[in-house]
Amino acid sequence: MTDNLAALCYLAASVCFILALRGLSSPVTARRGNAFGITGMTLAIATTLASPGVLAFEFILAGLAIGGSIGTVLARKIKMTALPQLIAAFHSLVGLAAVFVAAAAFYTPEAYGIGSPGAIRAASLVEMGLGTAIGAVTFTGSIVAFGKLQGLVTSNPLVFPGQHAINATLGALLVAAIIYLCLNQSPGVFWFVVAISLVLGVLMIVPIGGADMPVVISMLNSYSGWAACGIGFTLTNNLLIVTGALVGSSGAILSYVMCKGMNRSFVSVILGGFGGETAGPGQAAGDRTVKTGGADDAAFIMRNAGSIIVIPGYGFAVAQAQHALREMCAILKAQGVKVRYAIHPVAGRMPGHMNVLLAEAKVAYDEVFELEDINREFAQTDVAFVIGANDVVNPAAKTDSASPIFGMPVLDAEDARTVLFCKRSLASGYAGVDNPLFYRDNTMMLFGDAKKMCENIVKALG
Amino acid sequence: MTEFPFGALAGMPLLSAGVPLDPFVVGVTVFVLAVFVGYYVVWNVTPALHSPLMSVTNAISSVIIVGALIAAGPAEMHISKIFGFIAVVLAAVNIFGGFVVTQRMLAMFKKKK
Repeated sequence: MTDNLAALCYLAASVCFILALRGLSSPVTARRGNAFGITGMTLAIATTLASPGVLAFEFILAGLAIGGSIGTVLARKIKMTALPQLIAAFHSLVGLAAVFVAAAAFYTPEAYGIGSPGAIRAASLVEMGLGTAIGAVTFTGSIVAFGKLQGLVTSNPLVFPGQHAINATLGALLVAAIIYLCLNQSPGVFWFVVAISLVLGVLMIVPIGGADMPVVISMLNSYSGWAACGIGFTLTNNLLIVTGALVGSSGAILSYVMCKGMNRSFVSVILGGFGGETAGPGQAAGDRTVKTGGADDAAFIMRNAGSIIVIPGYGFAVAQAQHALREMCAILKAQGVKVRYAIHPVAGRMPGHMNVLLAEAKVAYDEVFELEDINREFAQTDVAFVIGANDVVNPAAKTDSASPIFGMPVLDAEDARTVLFCKRSLASGYAGVDNPLFYRDNTMMLFGDAKKMCENIVKALG
Repeated sequence: MTEFPFGALAGMPLLSAGVPLDPFVVGVTVFVLAVFVGYYVVWNVTPALHSPLMSVTNAISSVIIVGALIAAGPAEMHISKIFGFIAVVLAAVNIFGGFVVTQRMLAMFKKKK
């Protein structure tokens, strides 16, 4: 295959990838989009296999078979609640693969037409250094994120004195090492760059608390793209550059959306230390009382309601309450109650996580609304059913300028005639902030496990 | 959402009169344009599909397998061939895993009957 033909095939693959993302503008076209993605990838791999440098196929076929079967099994087995961990794990693999491709290019530059060992073009070395560094940071950063999401390490932010100074020093050392790599081209320096980047990846993610995980995972998504871009520049391959740029900007936009959903600046997320077990601003909760109720009370209120908006949070997914909730809503709908779902941008542990969990429970996507589309509807709604969510309905975000979450967009659940708040206890949410909604006159707390509560309500309704 | 002015790009590339461009400059051109395309395309993605967006971008970023295949491809044995093999395995996990999990998610999104 000539270089020109290969370049055109790569161009076609790039277009397929753009169409894959374009398809996601609506659930109707999304499946076709995924097919475009698969087509693009197949084309890219086939084009590369037909290139003159590829002569032996044993390693390649073995690699594809091993990796392909692991990936397929993982993707089929994974529970949708564990999706963020899976994505974090996948990001780490992209990062590590980028490091190995860079290493291969470093040891056999002639295969990629970028010079000979010890005499690699300076521009290629800079690009290689950056690609390697971003890849290695993505690798260890994603592993830490995976550990936090999976509960292998505490999701509390780990902060220690001099943390930012250490990171800054390592960052400066990394830049110096890449420059030195260009000058002396020794394998030792190459692996030194890898080593510093691996350490930096860990140190960058450990101070970030569980509440900020949606941002972290989007950010690592972005990094994996920039790593691919760096490798694309090294190998002067436009397909890699285009794809890396698409993925990089996608992750950056998602990070921005998540930060906006929490009213946090990207920099403050990166610096870390937010969330976890820190005590909220100590208002004496002593004299405030909450109204509590059981499944029977909730069933009675909901049966007599004309409309209900369900506000699910991550706690609802942890309790595996999707199916019980859907059953409850099906009964209510059969009795003529209008049921809708409201999703906060940061509900769940990654962007769009809650939508997937509802879709898994066979909730139709046209009954699920984003915050800005449904927030005005609460005032005309009889019941807001908050299940496993907390911070995203905290009215203090609108009224209390001293609150750590002040300014965060929240769902106006308190505007509904009655708020049914299903929760295990009065404990504060992920952000460690007390919620005044618990104590309002129109709020009834339903203490208990989300799944049990839904099942009991189903029984009471039936 | 504003439309990207694709028409304006048509006359742009490769107008240099016989002077070979540095590949880096070509790369930067492609890169900057692709960032713009990505920006406009991704803002059009509905928030409900942000999880599939993440898994599909994860799958396509594994297109670095292209570099891995070239490393694993030569007939003679070399350390790079091992690196290439490892990278092929890692990227293949992502490609298959990413597309399969995206497919699984998208199959669940149904309209009201």
